[in-house]
Amino acid sequence: MIRPAFALLALAVLAIVPLFVSDYELGLMIGMATYVALASAWALFSGHTNYISLATVAFYGTGAYTVAVLNESLPYPVVILCAGLIGAAMALLVGLSTLRLSGIYFVIFTFGLAELVRQLITWYEVTITGTLGRYIFLDLTARDIYWQMLALVAIAIGLTAWINRSRLGLALRAIGDDEVVAAHSGIPLARTKLFAFTLSATLITLVGAVASPRWVYVEPLIVFNPTVSFLTVIMALLGGANRLWGPLVGAIPLFLLFEWLSVNFPDTYPIFLGLMFIAVVFVLPNGILAGLDNLRASLKRSKS
Amino acid sequence: MAMTTLVLGLVLGGTYALLALGLTLQYGIARIMNLAYGEVTLLAAFVLVFLFQSAGLSPLISILLIGPAGYLMGSLLYAVMMRPLVQRAEGKTGKLEVDSILATFGLLFVLQGIMLVLFGANFTSISYLDQGVDVFGVSVALNRLIAFAICLVAGLSLVVLLARSRWGLILRAVALTPGSAPLVGIDVNKVSRQGFALGTALASIGGASVAMYQTFSANDGVVFTMKALIIVIMGGVGNVVGALAAGFALGLVETFVATMFDPGLTLAATFSIFLIVLIWRPQGLFGRRS
Repeated sequence: MIRPAFALLALAVLAIVPLFVSDYELGLMIGMATYVALASAWALFSGHTNYISLATVAFYGTGAYTVAVLNESLPYPVVILCAGLIGAAMALLVGLSTLRLSGIYFVIFTFGLAELVRQLITWYEVTITGTLGRYIFLDLTARDIYWQMLALVAIAIGLTAWINRSRLGLALRAIGDDEVVAAHSGIPLARTKLFAFTLSATLITLVGAVASPRWVYVEPLIVFNPTVSFLTVIMALLGGANRLWGPLVGAIPLFLLFEWLSVNFPDTYPIFLGLMFIAVVFVLPNGILAGLDNLRASLKRSKS
Repeated sequence: MAMTTLVLGLVLGGTYALLALGLTLQYGIARIMNLAYGEVTLLAAFVLVFLFQSAGLSPLISILLIGPAGYLMGSLLYAVMMRPLVQRAEGKTGKLEVDSILATFGLLFVLQGIMLVLFGANFTSISYLDQGVDVFGVSVALNRLIAFAICLVAGLSLVVLLARSRWGLILRAVALTPGSAPLVGIDVNKVSRQGFALGTALASIGGASVAMYQTFSANDGVVFTMKALIIVIMGGVGNVVGALAAGFALGLVETFVATMFDPGLTLAATFSIFLIVLIWRPQGLFGRRS
């Protein structure tokens, strides 16, 4: 039981750190926490099942937009609750209509989902309410946001750890290995996938809701930026999507690299990111952690 | 009003059908689900506009250059990027699908980034043969008609080649049973490369014809890919006639929604159709049950 104790200690240290850092560093830490939470939540469903969801930003943006619409009329905890419920309802709808079909349909549907939600919200705002942008005025400091995000990180990783040890994790792994075999061994395919997908998407929606006060001004084009979906997938894959700490290991270096690239090469960084993504798929198909394990194993073999 | 929707819908559907035909060739023959397909389409559209504006080259001549250039690019892309993935996935079901989706997802951002750097994020269009022509009492811009004719010629000649020629027979053999095609002396790798390159060529011709009559920007690739994917699934994956029919159907539906309700809802309509078809007939409207 050393590992959970170590994780809790690390969490405590991370919770105290913002009391001693500058505003810029705190901003970086919020960004890192956001992407660790996104990548971990994404891997919760996609890591074991191999169902690649490209819709991260559809849920993330929905969370942010819910806060933008409701922040003046409801107390903050209720707003967050609403965001979670809307995210869960959307995930159920998407899951029910696509998860019973072959995996490829799921990928294709999630690929366009962000674009669909963005266009629908834009259409609604322009034709019904007559305004496009909205403002978020909440009495939250950067530290509050960081602590909430850290809590989401802890929930996402804690949930993954719990699921990995439970029957659900076993079922998800079986589905990822071979869906036909999984069905024949009595796993309720649709229900298992739907449950894990809804859990993952709800967490992603909450990340968007918690992150949104940082923007102040929100419009569909800003919150449904496809780069978020892209980064989430590449981070989880780089670290190793089927491992508990994989998304974290992938998210932190990539987030820092992304920050550095977007400051120094604002025009060409999508090209770098795309090339890096391709490199990850080719060189480290199972992620850094699996790569390290292989390296360790081969070193041991060469010693003996 | 109904006639207007019909004529404009069919003209739009022609482009969609050609785009879907290219994607269904890539997926059916090379077994690669190409998420960067729309970016290839846009790249061709930008090249046509660039040639028209800077060199004054007529779009009709440009298309004759862009089609073969697309074929070469697709062939190169397959050899460099897709072939290693195919080799790695040997024997593992579903591995190539996941890998190709991820790799082309990366390619999407590379191509989009290149286009943003070269052409900027602004909307682009050219005015070329922009005069109305009377078609069954409906006034249609001449450039749209020409684009439609190009799509029709390219699409139909391919359909005839696939159905009648020995080369088409080989392509169809690989699409149907890639496992047993080598038994009769077919080089599956070569045919896959041809299929992928042919798909890229069709995407380029489709994109170039879009550029003749439509405004577009470097960020529109996802929408093109999405529409082509939906048409392919509606028509039954790998089914050429199905892709053509579903392409025209989608063009009609979109034009109908845009004229009767709101242009902002066309993508929502596309998605609704996608879901209805998936739930009702997962194998596609023209596909056979596997």
